[in-house]
Amino acid sequence: MIQAFAFYMFTAIMLFSAISVIFARNPVHSVLWLIVAFFNAAGLMVLIGAEFIAMLLVIVYVGAVAVLFLFVVMMLDIDFSEMRAGFIKNAPLGLLIALVLLVELGLGLGVWHAGALQLGVSSGNAATPEGLSNTAAIGALLYTRYLFLFEAAGIILLVAMIGAIVLTHRQRGDTRGQNVGRQIARRPEEATVNVKPVVGQGVTL
Amino acid sequence: MIGIEHYVAVSSILFVLGVLGIFLNRKNVIVILMAIELILLAVNINFVAFSAFLHDLVGQIFAMFVLTVAAGEAAIGLAILVIYFRGRGTIAVDDVNRMKG
Repeated sequence: MIQAFAFYMFTAIMLFSAISVIFARNPVHSVLWLIVAFFNAAGLMVLIGAEFIAMLLVIVYVGAVAVLFLFVVMMLDIDFSEMRAGFIKNAPLGLLIALVLLVELGLGLGVWHAGALQLGVSSGNAATPEGLSNTAAIGALLYTRYLFLFEAAGIILLVAMIGAIVLTHRQRGDTRGQNVGRQIARRPEEATVNVKPVVGQGVTL
Repeated sequence: MIGIEHYVAVSSILFVLGVLGIFLNRKNVIVILMAIELILLAVNINFVAFSAFLHDLVGQIFAMFVLTVAAGEAAIGLAILVIYFRGRGTIAVDDVNRMKG
């Protein structure tokens, strides 16, 4: 009973916030609704015992991706209202395609429910071992059988990070930065000057 | 009782909402990127649901890789968006014709 209640609550809030993401007038509101949707999806995953992915979703998506979106939306100075000009015009086609897609997905679900397709079952070597929590089981699998894939994922993230820095970094001409090499190469002879001023005439600098 | 059908139905609806978001906000790249995130979230829910109900952890590991790629995609996409806005002063999809494609 409590499972069904929790499931329907998470589902309802997630779908409502997903609708709000695509219909919100202000992209900042879209990002905030997106965060709500991610939290409720994490709740859905916790319900079936996938707590590691759920926490990853909260940390990676809410903590990194959504905040990145928020930064970019607030940084760009754009008139978002004129971007909604084609909203009504595009609506019939979009609704039609969405409807077709939904019917197709529902058809697939119905066929599977009718028992027309044979689903395979777990081969056993990737099943959760007895007495191990979800996180520990994923760790045991990830650091043994999928070690190279895991490292490939790390390389993907590294390349994405370097790419983002290379794309957005720029050398600005109107700022004066620190030149460490010049500072170290500086000698006392070129920095100081010894003058013998005539009394009463001052010095020229 | 909640079965896998419920999860598949929810993720289908979320996926369709993401596709609808791409169509409705065709001018606004930022909302399109957010709709893509919604689609990837639907895929992840599907992966995790099947993984949990079939007692096979590989689905959750694959969901982790989907998450990785989604994070990289968001970072690169937003970086491209920022430099495009810096150069052109607009991010409307209709005006993006620099490559004459």
